[in-house]
Amino acid sequence: MTLLYFAWVRQKTGRGEEQLALPDNVKTVADLASFLKARGGGYEEAFADLRRMRVAVNQDHSGFDTPLRDSDEVAFFPPVTGG
Amino acid sequence: MSVRISIQHSDFDIAVEIANLDAQDTGAVATFTGMVRKEGDLTALTLEHYPGMTEREIARIADDAQTRWPLLGVTIIHRIGRLMPGEKIVLVAVAAQHRSAAFQACEFLMDYLKTRAPFWKQEERNGKAQWVEARHSDDKAAERWRDK
Repeated sequence: MTLLYFAWVRQKTGRGEEQLALPDNVKTVADLASFLKARGGGYEEAFADLRRMRVAVNQDHSGFDTPLRDSDEVAFFPPVTGG
Repeated sequence: MSVRISIQHSDFDIAVEIANLDAQDTGAVATFTGMVRKEGDLTALTLEHYPGMTEREIARIADDAQTRWPLLGVTIIHRIGRLMPGEKIVLVAVAAQHRSAAFQACEFLMDYLKTRAPFWKQEERNGKAQWVEARHSDDKAAERWRDK
C-alpha cells in the first residue's frame, strides 16, 4: 500500500510518502495508525492523538474504522485549512 | 454546466475568469476572492495540498452545488505555494440565470471547500512557521447546508 502524509504529519514522520506491505494484523485504518505509532520517534508523536488527525482512503475522506487492502492509498493529515 | 477547476502557483485575473463564464442565458455571476490578510507580523502564507484528491474533492463539491441550484458555470481556482500578504488565494465564480442561485452556490462552494478540500496553510510570523488550526466556525458554516 501507499501511505501519504501531509502538513505537520509529514513533518513529524519525516517523509511525505512510503510504500508498505499490509501487515497481517492490520485490518482497519485504526490498526494501521497503531502499527505506525509503534515505530516510535516522530511516528509516535504524529499518531499520539488521533482526534487531531484525519484520513483519506483512496482519496475519499474516511473514518478510522475503514477496512484496508494492500492496494489502498492511505493519507494521514490534520483537519484541512484551505480557502 | 461548465466546470473549471485549477490548482496553481500563479496568480489569476478575475475579469478574465468572469468573461470565460459568460454563457448563453447567463444573467448573474457571483464571485468570492479569498486573500492573504495584511495583519501585524504575518509575513507569508504557504499552502500545501494533496495532488489528485484536491481536484476530485472540489469536483464533487461542484457536482453537489449543481444538484442544489440551476447553475450555468462554475470556476474554482486555488493557489498553492508561498504567498505574501495581499495576494489572492482562492477564487470561486458561479454563473446562473438569476442572482439568488449564484450568490447561494458561491457561499456553499466556499463553505465546503474550506472544510473538505485537502489544503493546509502554514503561517510565517517573525521568522517562525506555524500550521494554521482548523476553525470550528468553518465547520458550523458548512453544517448549515446539510439539511437543505
